[in-house]
Amino acid sequence: MSVFSAVGRRACEMASSAHADFAFVGETAACAASLLFRPRDFRLRDCALAFERAAFDALPVTTGIGFLLGLILAFQSAAALKMFGVEVYVSDLLAIGLFRELGPLVTAIVLAGRTGSAFAAEIGTMKVDEELDALTTMGLPPVRFLVLPRVAAATLAMPVLTIFAELAGLVGGALVLNMMDVPTVVFWRHAASVTTVFSISFGLAKGALFGALVGLIGCAAGMKTKSTADGVGVAATSAVVGGIVAIAVADGLLAYLCYLWNL
Amino acid sequence: MSENIIELSNVDAGYPGAVILRDVTFDVRKGEIFILLGGSGCGKSTIMKHMIGLNPVLAGTLRVAGEEWSRRTRASLCRRIGVMYQSGALFGSMTCLENVMLPLEEFSRLGRAARRERAMSLLEDVELADAAGKLPSEISGGMRKRVAIARAMALEPDIVFLDEPSAGLDPITSSALDDLILKLRSAKGMTFVVVTHELPSIFKIADRAAMFDKARGSMIALGDPRSLRASSADPFVRKFFNRGESNG
Repeated sequence: MSVFSAVGRRACEMASSAHADFAFVGETAACAASLLFRPRDFRLRDCALAFERAAFDALPVTTGIGFLLGLILAFQSAAALKMFGVEVYVSDLLAIGLFRELGPLVTAIVLAGRTGSAFAAEIGTMKVDEELDALTTMGLPPVRFLVLPRVAAATLAMPVLTIFAELAGLVGGALVLNMMDVPTVVFWRHAASVTTVFSISFGLAKGALFGALVGLIGCAAGMKTKSTADGVGVAATSAVVGGIVAIAVADGLLAYLCYLWNL
Repeated sequence: MSENIIELSNVDAGYPGAVILRDVTFDVRKGEIFILLGGSGCGKSTIMKHMIGLNPVLAGTLRVAGEEWSRRTRASLCRRIGVMYQSGALFGSMTCLENVMLPLEEFSRLGRAARRERAMSLLEDVELADAAGKLPSEISGGMRKRVAIARAMALEPDIVFLDEPSAGLDPITSSALDDLILKLRSAKGMTFVVVTHELPSIFKIADRAAMFDKARGSMIALGDPRSLRASSADPFVRKFFNRGESNG
């Protein structure tokens, strides 16, 4: 019986947690919709500060990882293509792969680790310090005050970071092919020939979606922080793991939709 | 007779699945300084959280300024109360002046210059005009609490709630805070509800007090603390008040 009661209790906890998550998403959506009628309620200054931290401060690490990604992909794929004397097509592979998939995906994972956890820690610390309660008793919804500016910042930051990561990845690939006596101009001509406005736009839009997910999950984790010694740490970890899982699920769904719609 | 501004009737206080206090009934009169006291974990902060609308009561009725907390009344009631939390709960990314201005920015129709002037006036009331441009991390704990009191009074509320205002403060700073509460009550006519178990503060500022006991899960005394100390029928109540006095 104790096993059954434990399973039952755990199921109730999961249901309660899912209910709270849905309520949070609903409240955030309702708050965002209300801004259409009262745009002055949006805390632009807080959003700008969050954007600065999420985009500009993260640019070096994201660009660096993008560069290394391009380098690694170029080495790995060139090793196989060289056997057939067509290593020049590494540029095509990199352009398609980075713009449509790997650029937004890897950048979002970096954002989840860096910015998602920061959101969770900031809001979690505020919760422990009763600042969220202070907002509530002042009649200021914490969602409007804290969550929306951060989600907007993450959504806007992702396309910026993604484009830099993708370009850095292509630079890395060009470097590798240059070592294999493929002229740089040939690399960029090949990359440009397979790159379309749609592939770039799709990748950036996907990145924005991932950014919104990372922001939402990071803020949600912060709002659920418990007032224990490890509360903030648990929230930050939960934000990273939850963000990465959400990105993977969303990416999988998008891949399926692209297959269905032949995009 | 002074009208009641807070009315609790047969209230069960606590959280879903965990009742801490049962059948609590008392009123807070307009303009008085009312103390919620008792030992650690007795539910005094929980009662205050019900009063400020953070958590719904588990049973009974609780009326603040004539209304019960609901989705419909929340906006108006939030403007009629001010709350100072135990740690101050100032927003760390804002200066002290910006913290005090925040409720004015959101809810008043004053222009920017007028809001700033009002916020500075509030900081002067709590004797912290010099700290206006400082971040909360740059001032002491006692100063943070005074800034929090200034913020709580920004919208000229009917009731100000103070959660453990003396916690973590030295006796001199604590006494200065008590003087500030008395001064503000005299000047502004606000009602103060204070959660504390600091006996020197209680005897200095309280008009009436409600005492709670964790073991019994109920309110065990209500009245003037000086009278309770001298002649309460409950030996636990007399012991609580006299122990504090014998120590200090």
